[in-house]
Amino acid sequence: MDTPLRVTATDAAHQLIDKLRAAHGPLMFHQSGGCCDGSAPMCYPKGEFRVGDQDVLLGEIDRCPVYIGRAQFELWKHTQLILDAVPGRGAGFSLDAPTGMRFLTRGRVFSAEEMAALG
Amino acid sequence: MTYSAPGQSGSPVSYKSRYENFIGGEWVAPKRGQYFENPTPVTGQTFCEVARSTAEDIELALDAAHKAKAGWAATSVTERANLLNKIADRMEGALEALAVAETWENGKPVRETLAADLPLAIDHFRYFAGAIRAQEGTQGEIDGDTVSYQFHEPLGVVGQIIPWNFPILMAAWKLAPALAAGNCVVLKPAEQTPASILQVVERIADLLPPGVLNVVNGFGVEAGKPLAQNPRISKVAFTGETTTGRLIMQYASENLIPVTLELGGKSPNIFFEDVMAADDDFRQKALEGFAMFALNQGEVCTCPSRALLQKSIERDFLDLAVARTEKIVQGNPLDPKTMIGAQASNDQLEKILSYIDIGKQEGAEVLTGGERADLGGDLAGGYYVKPTVFRGTNSMRIFQEEIFGPVVSVTSFSDFADAMKIANDTLYGLGAGVWSRNGNIAYRAGREIQAGRVWTNCYHLYPAHAAFGGYKQSGIGRENHQMMLRHYQQTKNLLVSYSEKPMGFF
Repeated sequence: MDTPLRVTATDAAHQLIDKLRAAHGPLMFHQSGGCCDGSAPMCYPKGEFRVGDQDVLLGEIDRCPVYIGRAQFELWKHTQLILDAVPGRGAGFSLDAPTGMRFLTRGRVFSAEEMAALG
Repeated sequence: MTYSAPGQSGSPVSYKSRYENFIGGEWVAPKRGQYFENPTPVTGQTFCEVARSTAEDIELALDAAHKAKAGWAATSVTERANLLNKIADRMEGALEALAVAETWENGKPVRETLAADLPLAIDHFRYFAGAIRAQEGTQGEIDGDTVSYQFHEPLGVVGQIIPWNFPILMAAWKLAPALAAGNCVVLKPAEQTPASILQVVERIADLLPPGVLNVVNGFGVEAGKPLAQNPRISKVAFTGETTTGRLIMQYASENLIPVTLELGGKSPNIFFEDVMAADDDFRQKALEGFAMFALNQGEVCTCPSRALLQKSIERDFLDLAVARTEKIVQGNPLDPKTMIGAQASNDQLEKILSYIDIGKQEGAEVLTGGERADLGGDLAGGYYVKPTVFRGTNSMRIFQEEIFGPVVSVTSFSDFADAMKIANDTLYGLGAGVWSRNGNIAYRAGREIQAGRVWTNCYHLYPAHAAFGGYKQSGIGRENHQMMLRHYQQTKNLLVSYSEKPMGFF
């Protein structure tokens, strides 16, 4: 089978990305962990958040790279990250905050075949 | 008796329809004239609007803070301590009003705000009033004529970014040590809870010299970021999540300033088999300790969201624990009988439900809860989740990620070593709980767990004078203790020679 995607997005997420890109230019995502507003995908102007050796590129959504911390990736890698958007108030310094919509991470557990294909 | 909503007849508090920023001792409209709506999670309805500030407003607040800086730093510790005590007195005089205001904005039950959030916040100001009076510098005698003096000096102007889960208490945790140490503050509350802290500010505004405390509301990206990035702050303190924590460190590195960060956790709550040795008060206390995952709707960085049960008692303990969980009273947060209220926002609700979904997908068993709660009537639009107990294994995502909701994931361990292995198998290290009648076991467990706070035969106590902060990815710094003063001070060393004689080098 083809290698499954580690990150996908819903229509609502694509629409929010279009809206934010029109306002802010190229974008990036970093999946957050931890407190309060954590466990949420943070959206920044591309290059705003400095990624390094401790980050993993999960894939791209509409040409926006989606990263996650390496240690967190180890705990997530058996699941697909599904980028969604729901009404609400974003958090941290994420660009979605003032829009009335916020990005949300959903997940899907990969099948055994998909895990094998991912290596 | 259920409290009336703020502004309704009989309520101890009312909100204004609109809030501006508090800058330089005055209420100042945001430069761009924009405001955002502030809904209550109790019903989902908007109850006031709040300044949607931008970089210009942050600059205005920093102007005011820098203007006040020298005068405030020059005050005696006695003056500052007296002032913190007055702040505490004012808050205490308005305790009920502030508790209802915070409940309305955050959704947490009023019995928590009355009994915990507000009393702790008030005590925090008093604690740091005492701590700053008692703090001393140090001196060292280098030789007979040479003395080294270490003085504590304030950093100057600091930025503080506050979370929404304890809007007043978390502000107190940051403000009290910063002000005690002689700093001026620009504070950015969470956009989910921007107004209840302003209820406090309204009541203490006349006590502080203009510019010492400035509160600027707005969205993180529009107001928080220009504060965190600003070359005119000498330190930034943040409570929140890991990605924003990293970004704040990144900005701080550009200005070479220190940060303190509190970034959450996935705290293990460990029950050794002897808790079941007798059917007594201690067993009841341990069961209550298990149910603490629902405190504040689970919206606590130290939520005991992983329960580790010794295999020999797993079934019996869990039966009792699930029964205890099902007795938690969910309802109108303004009803003092309510134990669990509303999640703070719609997106928080959605996130919790998405984690419940992934838990089910991963094969975890739902022992109770596992869905949204519809409380009907006026509360139908509010954000309520049933307290949820999952049973599974520590590698599942619901055991590894902070859900920030009333969700506990239960697993079992065979012996002490297994318990420690599971407890420490996490990215985080903020809190932990250990329950045992055997002091030796409890002590050794507490020392072996890689977390900054290990509650031993208790949980979720936050008294001032007990250091609080994270190991591993849970952050940097220790709040809630006099040592936090040092995070808001720099050391001035005077190296003094009392000798009249030349050194003889040149």
